[in-house]
Parts: sequence; C-alpha cells; structure tokens
Amino acid sequence: MATHEKIHIKTTINGNPEEFLADPHTSLLDALREIVGLTGSKEGCLDGNCGACTVSVNGRIVDSCLVLAAEVDGQNVDTVEGMANSDGLHPLQQAFLEEAALQCGICTPGFLVSAKGLLDNEPDPSEERIRHWLAGNLCRCTGYNNIIKAVQKAAKNL
Amino acid sequence: MTLKNYKQKKDFNVIGTNPIRHDGYDKVTGRAIYGADVKLPNLIWGEVVRSTIAHGKIKSIDVSEAEKMEGVFAVITHEDFEKNNKDANVNLARDMQNILAKDKVLYKGHAVAAVSARDRNTAKEACNLIKVEYEELQPVSNVSEALEANAPILIKDLVGDHLGKSVNKTNIAKQIRHQLGDTNEGFKHSDLIVEKEFNLQMVHQGYIEPHNAIAHWDENDHLSLWSSTQGSFAVRDLTAGFVGLSESQVTTYPVEIGGGFGGKTKVYLPPLAALLSKKSGFKPVKMIMDRVSVFLASGPAPGGKVKVKLGVTNEGKFTAGIVDLKFEAGAYPGSSIAAGATCCLACYNIPNVLIDAFDVVVNKPKTAAYRAPGSPQVSFAVESVIDDICEKMNWDKIDFRINNASKEGTRRADGVQFNKIGFIETLEAAKSSDHWKSPLLKKNKNKVYGRGIACGFWMNGGGKSTVDLMLHDDGNIALNEGSADIGGTRTSISMQVAEALGISAERIQPSIPNTDSIGFTGTTGGSRTTYATGFAGLEAANKLITEMKKRATIYWEIEETDIKFSEGNIYSTKDPELKLSIKELAAVIGETGGPVSSTASVNLPSGGNGFGIGICDIQIDTLTGKTDVIRYTAIQDVGKAIYPQYVESQIVGGAAQGIGWALNEEYYMNDKGIMTNSSFLDYRMPTSLDLPNIEVILVEVANPQHPYGVRGVGEVPIIPPLATLGNAIKDAIGTRIYSTPMNPGKILEVLSNG
Repeated sequence: MATHEKIHIKTTINGNPEEFLADPHTSLLDALREIVGLTGSKEGCLDGNCGACTVSVNGRIVDSCLVLAAEVDGQNVDTVEGMANSDGLHPLQQAFLEEAALQCGICTPGFLVSAKGLLDNEPDPSEERIRHWLAGNLCRCTGYNNIIKAVQKAAKNL
Repeated sequence: MTLKNYKQKKDFNVIGTNPIRHDGYDKVTGRAIYGADVKLPNLIWGEVVRSTIAHGKIKSIDVSEAEKMEGVFAVITHEDFEKNNKDANVNLARDMQNILAKDKVLYKGHAVAAVSARDRNTAKEACNLIKVEYEELQPVSNVSEALEANAPILIKDLVGDHLGKSVNKTNIAKQIRHQLGDTNEGFKHSDLIVEKEFNLQMVHQGYIEPHNAIAHWDENDHLSLWSSTQGSFAVRDLTAGFVGLSESQVTTYPVEIGGGFGGKTKVYLPPLAALLSKKSGFKPVKMIMDRVSVFLASGPAPGGKVKVKLGVTNEGKFTAGIVDLKFEAGAYPGSSIAAGATCCLACYNIPNVLIDAFDVVVNKPKTAAYRAPGSPQVSFAVESVIDDICEKMNWDKIDFRINNASKEGTRRADGVQFNKIGFIETLEAAKSSDHWKSPLLKKNKNKVYGRGIACGFWMNGGGKSTVDLMLHDDGNIALNEGSADIGGTRTSISMQVAEALGISAERIQPSIPNTDSIGFTGTTGGSRTTYATGFAGLEAANKLITEMKKRATIYWEIEETDIKFSEGNIYSTKDPELKLSIKELAAVIGETGGPVSSTASVNLPSGGNGFGIGICDIQIDTLTGKTDVIRYTAIQDVGKAIYPQYVESQIVGGAAQGIGWALNEEYYMNDKGIMTNSSFLDYRMPTSLDLPNIEVILVEVANPQHPYGVRGVGEVPIIPPLATLGNAIKDAIGTRIYSTPMNPGKILEVLSNG
C-alpha cells in the first residue's frame, strides 16, 4: 500500500468552518460523506456522469466525485444540507415537494444544488434553459416533467 | 384468498388528492438514509475481484499476497460459500455461482473473490493483489450464437426443460408454449399475413443508486443486513439461503432505495458482505458496487429475437397469430420469457394463437426484472407488425385495435380469462386526445417528421402484504407496512387507510420496520404495492374501526347493534348526544381495555390488468440521423389514481425509460463478448434535454377486485414507447428499423440507402 501523509484541510461548509485530515487521493464526495458526515451528496457513478454528488464550490456547480478534498482548502462548499434554514425549506425544496419532483429521491440533492446554482444567477430562466442547465443531472424515475415544473415554480417564488 | 367484486365507492375525500409525501422532507434535505449512508461502529469495507474475460475456466486463484497485506481482514472465494452451505440444491448452487464464480466465469465482471479491509481503498488495492488465471473460452454473445449447432455449452450440467422434456448439453434452459385454437386453420382464412423478425439488445434499468450492502454476522450466528432493495424479505430469504442460515437468523433493516425498476429484486453483495463479516471477526462489512460493475454484473433486461406472424381478414379482424420469442437469460437461466409469452398478444382477441418462448443462456450478466419484464420486447415486435398491417390495408390504427381489443371475458392464450379491463376505454381516450386529433407539425424543411402509436399490456401483481395500525392517544395513526417504498407508496397506502378512517393523510405516520417487526410482505415489483399493501391497509383499517366501535360501546355502555362508524366519527344510532370523533375517542379509549391496534395480512391474485398506449411525434435530422421526440402522450387505464401526482409521474418516468430503450440504450458488445459502454457517459440514458414534457391521460376503469378500484400502474408505461417510436420512425423515413436501439447510425444507413 502506498504510504503518504494526510493533508490538513480548512474549509467552510454550508457557512460553517470545518477542519479535517484527508488522504491526498480522497475525493470531496468521500470527505463530505465519510469524514465530515454529510451524506446528502450521493454516489451514483464516481465518474462525473450522473450529478448525484453535485455540490457548489465558491458558487460554482461541481461533481464532488471529481474534485479532490484537498482542492477545497480555503474555499466555500455548499451542499444540500445547507439549503434549508431556521425559517424552513428553501423555495426549491418546497417546490420539489409540492410538484412531486422526486420519486426515489437519490438524485434529488444533486438536482436541488444544481437548480439553486442556476436560480442564484438567473432568476427567470426559460424551460429550455432549465433543461439545458440540468442535463448533467440524471433522474431515472420522473422523466423530468415535475423537476422542470418545480424549478419554474421556485423561480416564481424566490 | 378469493376476491369478491366490490361495489365501487364514488365520492372520495383523500383518494385523488395530492398531499405532500410523508418521506418528502427527509429526501429534499439530504437527511434520508440510503444504504450507502448507514454507519456502524467497527465498520470495515469489502470489495470484489471480478472476471476480466467473458467466458473461461478458472485455473487458479492466488489470494496469498492480498491476505498478507496490512489492513486486510479476510478474503473469500466460492469455497467459503460451499463451506457454509454444504446442502445447497442444484438451483441454489447455481445461483451461488452467479454471486461468486466456481470453476468457470461466464461474463466480464463475474465475481471471483471478495476482500474485506479497514477502508474502501485498502480493499480495492488488496483486490489488485489477487491473481486469477483463466483458460479463455469462446464467448457466446447472443441467442443466435447460443443456438448454433456447435456453440460452446455454457453450463455443462444444465438440464434444459424443453416443453417438459429433459435435454442435456444445451444452451436453451427452457422452452414454454401457449396455444389457442389452430393457427394453420386461422391463417387459411386470412386475407393478409405479415411476418417479421425483430432483434433487441440487452438494456439496463439504470437506477442512479448503485447496489450496496452492510452485513453484520454476530457471534451468535445472527445476521443483520442493510441493503438497497425492492424487498427486505427477499434480501433476508435469498441471503439466508446462500449463506446457510434460516430466515429467523437474518434481520433486514430498512433503508431508502435509490431506484430499482426490477433490478433490485435480486441480491449480489449481501451474501458476500455476510461471509466477509463472519470471516473478519464478526465485524460489520460495507460494500458499494461501482457503476461499471453495476452494468457488467447486476441484472439487466434481456435482449433477444422476436418473430411475429399475424393474419387478418379484409373485414379487419385477426384470424391467427404466432409469436416466437428467444430471450437472453444471461449467464444463468431465468429470463422473463413467461411474462413475455403472456403479454405478447394479450391486447387482442385472436382466435388462433401459438406462442413459443425460449430462455437462452449467453455470456452476459444474468438478467433480472426491468419494469414489465419481457413485455416491451414482445410488444415492440407485435405492435410494429400491426402498424404494417394497418398501413397495408389502409385502416385507422385505433379503430382496428378497438375492433380487435380484448375485453371482459376474452380468453388469453395462456388460459386466463379477463375480468373487467379498460383497454377499449383507453383506446377511445387516445382517439379523442388532443394529440391524436392535432395535425403532425412539420416545422423545419430540413427535417422529416413522423407519428407513431402503439399499445402495451401488463398483468400487475398481487401477493402477500402486511400492514399494522396503532391508534395514538392524540387520535393520529401509526402505520407500519412491509413494502419497500420506491416512489411514494408509503403515502398511497396511508391515503387508502385515511380514506377508510375518514381522516386526513397527514394524520397517518407511515413507517417501514425491519423484517422482525412486520409480517411478511412481498417485494415491491410487478406493480403490486399500492394494490396489495394498500389492500392490507384497508383490511387493517376495517379491523381498527371494528375495535374502536367495540370500545365505544363499552365507554357509552350501549349495545353493539346501536353503534355506527362514518367519516371518522363513531356514534349511537339511538342517542344523538353520543358521538365521538376518532380523536375524541382516542383520548378516552385506554380506559376501555388498553391501546387500540390492528394488523392485517393478505395474499392477493393479480392486481387488475393494465393497458397503456403511447402516441409520439418525432423529428429526424436527415444529416445526423438523430431523432428528437417533440411530443409524447401516454394514455393508461390506472383503475383509480390514489395519488395522482405520483401516478402520472410513474407513467412519465416509464415512458422516458421506454424512449431511451427505443432510441439509444444498449449493451454494446465487442467481438470478445465484452460490454464496451459500461458508464453513464457511453450508456446514454435520456437527460432533461432529450425529452419533451410528456403528457399523460389517466383512464379510470375501476378494478372490481379492489374496494377503491386500484390497478397496478408502474409497469405498463415502459411497454408502448419501443413500437411507438419505431412506428413514428417508419412514418418519418418510410422504412422500418427492425432492431433496438433505433439510433442515428441505423437511421442514417436507411437514409443513405433510400
């Protein structure tokens, strides 16, 4: 087995300072799930093709399975766990519930983080724009109808 | 359990509404616990060594280097299975070989050994140290190769069952036949006979969550399991069988499931994790299957060949039909030929029918169920031939189908006579739909356009289910049910209970307990859960009402004959002063004999047969051959939509999978019999950009065998898209494509030859 020293990582996750040690090869997804204990980001493919592990790094949407934990040292990471606050659900989360935009729910955290990344910058996207933006997130249950509707509804309510 | 025909309730308070699903909050916040999210003290990780070739003998497995590696706890091979399970019968022993290969590997990705180690990476590195030597054999990649005279025989000791006759040295594991009337006679009276053969490639369910398992074998030989599954009891029973334990020695704990579509009805990792746990000093072992292995080594849907011959008279009636279907079982017997044979001609009343179905082993992963297993493949062939017949005879495609549609009393070739079904009503709904009545828009002069229509049938499942209800002191209800919830069934079951009790769905709190804490409940599949577990919920609700009435008579000191329950209230028929809501009664009920609870178990026959139709408009780019679906409408008889948002979403999702199957998805095999597109990049499933907003029309012809009229919903919608798209492509380019996927390459080939 390769010998190596763990890397000390100081980062901000969902607005909270986090400090942890990780192997140099540890992905951000594994660090979030196995070290920090945030299991909302999901493993679907580990090769950046399903979007279930989508998180935001400094406001940019990334597949956390393709980012090394060491890369987020000093950066801001936002995950699905940071979307709701003490006032309740984020309008996207509320719209996903109301529009039945999930079935099994495994892709839902990734879709929510992706969609938030869109609405944070473009408050009034067209259906075509939403479909294009979310094309990196696979959902196998819903056929996307209700996900698109939910994002449109949240855009109106934000 | 024999079922009576129920008088259908017409006015509903809860059914047909769209409450927020009970598990929704956990799922939109990331709190919901799926299999991979489970953590236990002392947890270690397992990984699998998999075959690098499609077909070969295992000459040797050297695990010595891996066993010596720091951080490794245990290595297992097939020998460990046999040590634990000496008395396995032939079928179980063969299934065990699929979990962990013995002597031979039969597909790339076939598990050969497994390792446990302190973390996932160490386990992976240890796998790389295991040396497996193979003697490579010629792979058998499809049913045609498997049936060649001198084809390699995959399984030496396989005894084929060919119409009841035992046959040795064969790749045909099973042949079955359904026969009705005399097809020779039928074809004699036909004015037109069309016969065509269709080829299909293997496809995958494509659930986004890979398989996972945590197993903890303790010092007392009790096994605890957590695993993403459509059936906790199936995981318990299958794993117990594989590792030589009895059912009561295994407990499966519930976790959320990230999609299954039939693919999570088998076990792959739990028996390996169990044996690793036992061999690692009784530590819990966690395993997650990587995506490539999910494609290579879990259970996809079979490809194969389907030959169809149909005869009609000039008057527009079927005279005879022959279907010959050969499905890839994968490496071990057991593809969905029985369902394929049942479904292929079930939509129509055909007086003379002959259906032959063959289960053929090939060097590919052992197939599993995928949404209406077997039906999309056969319907692709049958509904394409019907389309050709209608074109040749210049018949209206819906009127011809109505003219021949199965209805109550029609006998299927497999012998079953239909109860009340809604196929004709579904066809009428398609005929009067906005989509069918609207002209096909041809917006772009550089593209060609087409419209297709096709139908599909699925039996829908019944089976065993259990529901427990408990009345809280505050008048709300705790509901325990045994069905894995794959897409909102906790709520659709709760809604039926709420309707019966006359309370809101929000006042029911549903849970799915572990397998020691609820009665046996069958796997979520076959579109059985809202029907069968919902039925158990209704029975439990009725028992709860009976008990509450009894308690009210004690509380009021009145006669049982003088008490009634209606719309959530219990009252005396004699004294208008005596009336209590469930909530009021709950507050005082403890004094009348302790807490109130009920339990009900059912074992139901088929869940009310389902029919669906797809109408599709497409646009084809003649330069690239790419097909864009510009409009798709799914019309389906759902019996009664309990939870309409999720009924519609099931239908949209099923249609989306069918569109992917029709246009893009396939196991692309190289000449060594190896799948070369085993990632979500290359196995391209529809994205949000590939699909239009799919329209849904719900037809509600109540299933008379359910008090609320429920029919299964989830299976049917995947069936029509294959032929619907094939018929639309034929309409657009004038030539039929006889194989799936009908991808740009095949369309370009047609266009360049045209």
